[in-house]
Amino acid sequence: MATERGRIQISGFDPDRVTERESLSDWSDDSSTETMSRWKRAGVRFVHNYSAMFGVLIVVLMSLAAIFARPISIEGFTVQPFSLAPYDPETILYLDPSSDVGIYSAPTPDHPMGTDQNGRDLFSRVLIGGRYSISIGFIVVGLTASFGMVYGAIAGYYGGWVDEILMRIVDTIFAFPGLVLALVIVTMLGKGYWELILAFSLFGWAGYARIIRGEILQVKQQEYVTAAKALGAGDFSVIFRHIVPNAMAPLIVQASLSIGTVVIGVAALGFLGLGMPPGTAEWGTMLDSTRQTLIQGPGGSIPWWATVYPGGAIFLFVMSMNMIGDGVNDALDAQEVGNVRQGGG
Amino acid sequence: MSGLRRFVLKRLLLTIPILWGVSVITFGLVYLTPGDPIDIMVGLDPDMSPTREATLRAKHGFDEPVWKQYWLWISDAATGDFGEVIQTGRPVSDLIIDRLPPTIALGLFGWVFGLVIAIPTGIYAAVKKDQLGDTVSRFIALFGISVPNFWLGLMLILVGALQLGWWPVLPPRVPLTDPEMLWYLVLPGLTIGSASAATLMRIMRSSMAEEMNKDYVTAARAKGLPERTVILKHVLRNSLISVTTVAAFLTANILAGSVVVETVFSWPGLGREFIQAATAREVNVIMAITLFIGAAIIIMNLVADIVYAVLDPRIRYD
Repeated sequence: MATERGRIQISGFDPDRVTERESLSDWSDDSSTETMSRWKRAGVRFVHNYSAMFGVLIVVLMSLAAIFARPISIEGFTVQPFSLAPYDPETILYLDPSSDVGIYSAPTPDHPMGTDQNGRDLFSRVLIGGRYSISIGFIVVGLTASFGMVYGAIAGYYGGWVDEILMRIVDTIFAFPGLVLALVIVTMLGKGYWELILAFSLFGWAGYARIIRGEILQVKQQEYVTAAKALGAGDFSVIFRHIVPNAMAPLIVQASLSIGTVVIGVAALGFLGLGMPPGTAEWGTMLDSTRQTLIQGPGGSIPWWATVYPGGAIFLFVMSMNMIGDGVNDALDAQEVGNVRQGGG
Repeated sequence: MSGLRRFVLKRLLLTIPILWGVSVITFGLVYLTPGDPIDIMVGLDPDMSPTREATLRAKHGFDEPVWKQYWLWISDAATGDFGEVIQTGRPVSDLIIDRLPPTIALGLFGWVFGLVIAIPTGIYAAVKKDQLGDTVSRFIALFGISVPNFWLGLMLILVGALQLGWWPVLPPRVPLTDPEMLWYLVLPGLTIGSASAATLMRIMRSSMAEEMNKDYVTAARAKGLPERTVILKHVLRNSLISVTTVAAFLTANILAGSVVVETVFSWPGLGREFIQAATAREVNVIMAITLFIGAAIIIMNLVADIVYAVLDPRIRYD
C-alpha cells in the first residue's frame, strides 16, 4: 500500500499499523529515573526464592524456640520471662514420684520426644539446645567476617611485601581443618561458651581474608578508585568507603554459608565431649551421652528417639542455613565462592 | 618442559615457609596456654615432690625461654622424635605409626566412595542441567553438606547395626589386610565420604556444564559423534582436570572427618587417638598429630597443584 504525499511516493508504510502498535504511554519519566540499587534488587530476588525463604522460616522458628524455651536472666534480672518448654530441661523427671516416666521412656503425647538417659524431657532439651550452637554460630561468623574483611582489605590494598606476609599466614592456617584447630584450642582452654567462641574465631577469619583480598585486587584497578585517590581521599576512606562495599558480595555469601559450618563444629565438639560441660542441654552434647547407650547395647528396645531428635535438630538448622546461603548466592549473583566446607566435620 | 620444572621447584620452595608456620602454630597453641605438661603430670600424681617437679622441668627443657623450647621441640620433631606419651612413657612416633594404617584405610575408602558417587552423579546432573535429575542431585548434595557426620554415623549404627544387625556395633579386632575388613569399613566409610561426595558432585556438575558450552563440543557433535562419546570422551576428560584442584580440600575434609567418625565407630585410628589425647591433655600426642595433619594437607596441596599443571598444558608456570 502506498500513501500519496505531494510528489513523494512512500511505499511499504501503513499508517494503520502505527495506531495499532503497542503504545509507549506506559513509559514515564518516573520508571526510568527510579533505578534500584544493587542491594535492593538482590533483596527482591532473595524474597522470591522459595527455598531460601523456607530456610529463613526454619531458622527464625528454631532461634525463637531457643530464646523462648526457658526464661533468660542476666545477673538476676529477667530479660526474657517466657517459658515455652513444657519441662525444665535439667530436671530429672523420674525422681518425682508422681511422674510415670523413667530412663529412656518412649515418646508419649506428654513427652513427644521421650526422655533421655537421665529421664529428662527430650522435647524441652531439643527446644533449648539451639541456644549454644546457634548463638555461637552467629557470634563467630560476625567476629571472623569483620576481622577477615579488615585483614584481607589491608593485604589486597597495600599489596607488595605486606600482602606477601599476610597471605602466607593465611596459607598456613589453611593447612589445618578448622575443627582440628578448634579442638586443640578447647583442649588447652577448657570447656565453656566463650572458650568455644574463641576456638572457632581465632583462625576462622582466614577464609574471609582470602576472599576479600581477591575481590579487592580486582576492584582497586577500577577508575573510580583512582579518581577517589586523585581527589585526595586517604587510604582508610578509599578502602572502607569505596573499595570494600563493592567487594562485599562474596563475603556475605561465604558468611551465610559458614554459620551452618560453625553450628556443626560446635555440635561436633559437644559430641566429642569437648564442648559444653557434660549434661548441658546442647545438641551435640546430648548425642554424646546417647552414643554410649547405642554402643553398649541398651538391652531391650533401642532408644532411637534420643539419637534421632537432637541430631535431626542440628541437621534441620544447618540445612536451612545452607538454603539461605544458596539463596543469598543466587540473589547477589556472586561468583562461585568455594562453596566448600572448611573441615567442619 | 623446563617451565614445568621451574614451577614445581618454586612450589616446593613456597611450601617450606608454610610448613614452618604450621609448626609454629602447633607449638604456639599448646605452649601459650597456661601450664605445661609437667603441671598435668603433677595433676595426675599429687604426691610428686617439688624437687622432682623441678628436675622434670629441667629435663624436658620447660624452664627454658619459649624460643629455645620451640627449637628443642622442632629439632627433635625433624628427626621423628615427638617425645613420649606422658602417662605411659611410650614414644609418640610409635603410637602414630600404630594408628596410621586404620586411618589411611578409612580415608581411602571414604575417598573412593566419594569419587564413585560424585563423578557419575555430577555428570548426570550436568547432562540433565535444569531438569528433574539436576534438581534431585542438588537436593542430595544439600543433604550431604548439611548432615552432621557424627549424627549420620549414629543413625547408620542405629539402622545398620542395631535394627538390621548386618554390621557389628564395634569394629572387630581383625588385621587390616583381612578382606573381611572391607565389610566393616562400609558404615564408617559412608559416613566419612558423604560430605566430600556432596561437594565433589557439585564441583563436577558445574565444571561439566561449563565445558559443555565450549565450541569443541559443538564441533564434535557436528561431526556426528554419538552424544555418549562426546560426553564421556571429550567433556569428561577436560572437566576432570578441575576436580584435581579440590583433592587437597577433600583430604582436609577427610582428616577432619576422621577425628569425629573414628570416635563414633570406635575405629582404632589417628583421629580417635587425637580425641583421647585431647581429653587427657597429652600435649606431645596432640602436637604430633596436629603437625602431621598440617603437613599432610600441605603435601596434598602441592601434589594437586603439580598434577593440575601437568594435566592442563594451558597453565603458565610463572
